[in-house]
Amino acid sequence: MKNKVLRVGISKLNELKLREWTSNLHSLVFRDDDAGTSKGNFPWAPFKAMVQKEISDHFRNWRFIILFVIISLACMATLFSTMADGMKAIAADSSGNSFFFLNLFTKSNGTLPPFFGFVGFLGPLFGISLGFDAISSEQQRGTLSRVMAQPVPRDSILNAKFLAGIVVISVMFFTLSFLVLGSGLIALGIPPTAEEFMRIMVYTVLSIVYVSFWLNLSILFSVRFKQSATSALLGIAVWLFCTIFYPLIANMIIKAYEPSKFASPKAIYFYEKLKFYLGQIMPNELFDGITSAILVPSIRSLGPLSMEQLQGAIPSSLPLGQSIMLVWPQFTGLLSLTLLCFLLSYIVFMKREIRSRG
Amino acid sequence: MAENSIDIKGLTKKYGEHIAVNKLNLTIEKGEIFGLLGPNGAGKSTTILMILGLTEVDSGSVKVCGIDSSRYPLEVKRKVGYLPEDVGFYNDYTGLQNLIYVARLNNIPEEEAKKTALEILAEVGLKDVKDSKVASYSRGMRQRLGLADVLIKNPEVIILDEPTLGLDPEGVKKFLQLIVRLSRKKGITVLFSSHHLHQIQQVCDRVGIFVKGKMLAEGKISSLAQQLFSKNAFTLEGGISTVAQDVKPSLSLKELVHKIKAIPEVEHVELKERKFMVESHRDVSAELSRLVVQSGYGLNFLSKKEYGLDDIYYQYFQEDKNT
Ligand SMILES: Nc1ncnc2c1ncn2[C@@H]1O[C@H](COP(=O)(O)OP(=O)(O)O)[C@@H](O)[C@H]1O
Ligand SMILES: [Mg+2]
Repeated sequence: MKNKVLRVGISKLNELKLREWTSNLHSLVFRDDDAGTSKGNFPWAPFKAMVQKEISDHFRNWRFIILFVIISLACMATLFSTMADGMKAIAADSSGNSFFFLNLFTKSNGTLPPFFGFVGFLGPLFGISLGFDAISSEQQRGTLSRVMAQPVPRDSILNAKFLAGIVVISVMFFTLSFLVLGSGLIALGIPPTAEEFMRIMVYTVLSIVYVSFWLNLSILFSVRFKQSATSALLGIAVWLFCTIFYPLIANMIIKAYEPSKFASPKAIYFYEKLKFYLGQIMPNELFDGITSAILVPSIRSLGPLSMEQLQGAIPSSLPLGQSIMLVWPQFTGLLSLTLLCFLLSYIVFMKREIRSRG
Repeated sequence: MAENSIDIKGLTKKYGEHIAVNKLNLTIEKGEIFGLLGPNGAGKSTTILMILGLTEVDSGSVKVCGIDSSRYPLEVKRKVGYLPEDVGFYNDYTGLQNLIYVARLNNIPEEEAKKTALEILAEVGLKDVKDSKVASYSRGMRQRLGLADVLIKNPEVIILDEPTLGLDPEGVKKFLQLIVRLSRKKGITVLFSSHHLHQIQQVCDRVGIFVKGKMLAEGKISSLAQQLFSKNAFTLEGGISTVAQDVKPSLSLKELVHKIKAIPEVEHVELKERKFMVESHRDVSAELSRLVVQSGYGLNFLSKKEYGLDDIYYQYFQEDKNT
């Protein structure tokens, strides 16, 4: 109970802070840029042209094509190996769940990580690669000042880059998810249940949000740093830190606090809490929580549970609505991190001097 | 609306301690071609960025066609075409695609954008290469594409920041002629910055000389000399010689100099190896020649020095170096 209250509290707080932030920023950032054009007749055609250009640039870009192929191949490879020798295991895995299609995403035969592992691991790279040179390359090519001399609000270019990135990511993730669904369908011969389908869709949308966090982070770096290489390296450094170094550090801290076997329940509870919250700071941990709760319906809680809370619990899977409730704080956390990056890039970009090059 | 296309008052921009533009006042009338002349680092680009609202103004105001550009940058950008120094294009797009993109950013519908783009490309002489990628363009072609890019929004004012940089002399000439022809045809006001005075001299109605963030002088080229050399507007140069062996000059050279100095309104006399230079407030050539001849010297030549932009420019750059 207490846990739930806490969760709700966190999510409320998140929302509240965000709203405050956005209103503050709106007054800070938009100054009188919009004053000339009243809100009603915002010129959508130029914005549309920008988004279209960005999207077609992405699709024509070798970087995108290569990454797309790598990620698709990796995912397909795990999928087929899972299906080839894991079929029976999956089908026979009657540990209370009958979600064959979800298992396709989460189970593997041990030689390769599961599908969702690949997405969680490579997704950030994908996001970084879409955004790391968003603004800096325009600056280096000398096109930024030319575009900024046109009558489009300054933030349009950021919005367009971001939106185009999201569109590209969405196309890719939905493609992958449908590929998995389709091959599962062919292998098994029965369609997924509505519940499974919805879970997979929710998972896809959430992974888009996750990757768009990385996209935003790298756009922020590309606004801040003049050299694309710097921002790419920094993006990758953050990603490495989150996936490799942070867990090591967190482990060390947790080890230090490890209570003895005979510690009081309170100390153990504190320890578990610490372990939980240390994990929750990082975006990739947030996303891990989200994926496991959404794709494994039997997960009932992402944090530590006290004995009291466990008492009387029936070991069965949760309905989708409950799973979503479960990941709501993680979701809002991820979303607020994304927005934070976006707003920071706004602040840096809106006041900046736009010289032709350098 | 307002008569002045550009109206700058007390414009100041600081980078930390360094003052890039110092209390600049400038008005440019509608239809005029104005040249902003100054050495590198004078603050020309900074001024232009402030006119467009691309950088923040520390103090003072800029009005373009009567619109305050720090408050309504979008409105200003609708009316002003800006060619940045060292402009870049999307290299993997064709010239035509680059133009159409900019047209669409200006809210021109796609059909119309294409039509206008083709017209303008023909006008700047890029019709033949409109479908090749910009990556294959030469420097001159890029600059002309830049001009097309500026013109496609049908601007009232165009601002060109060192547009002739990196062009060969022939290219410069053609480019300048193009600017003049197009701006006269459409009645567009042009502000054009350069550190190359001959180019400015060729095309501009009015010139401002801009050094270290300060406008030293502005006006028609002919009137600039008077403005700058108002202290000593006339300079005479002459050469003297002793006429013949037997005729002894009645005055020594030193005394002659004193005599010349005594002529009313002569400010400064310099004598160096039989050549002298006299600066004065009015034309004293008649008195001077009489004096020289009467003193028993021969006057080899006497010329009035005309000040061109060159002299002005170098004078000020010299001063710049001295201080
Ligand atoms: N971002 C900046 N930070 C500090 N000083 C700058 C910056 N940009 C320009 N300056 C200085 O401002 C002065 C004017 O620069 P600029 O307007 O580019 O000169 P110009 O275009 O006439 O060559 C130069 O002395 C330059 O060093
Ligand atoms: Mg410059």
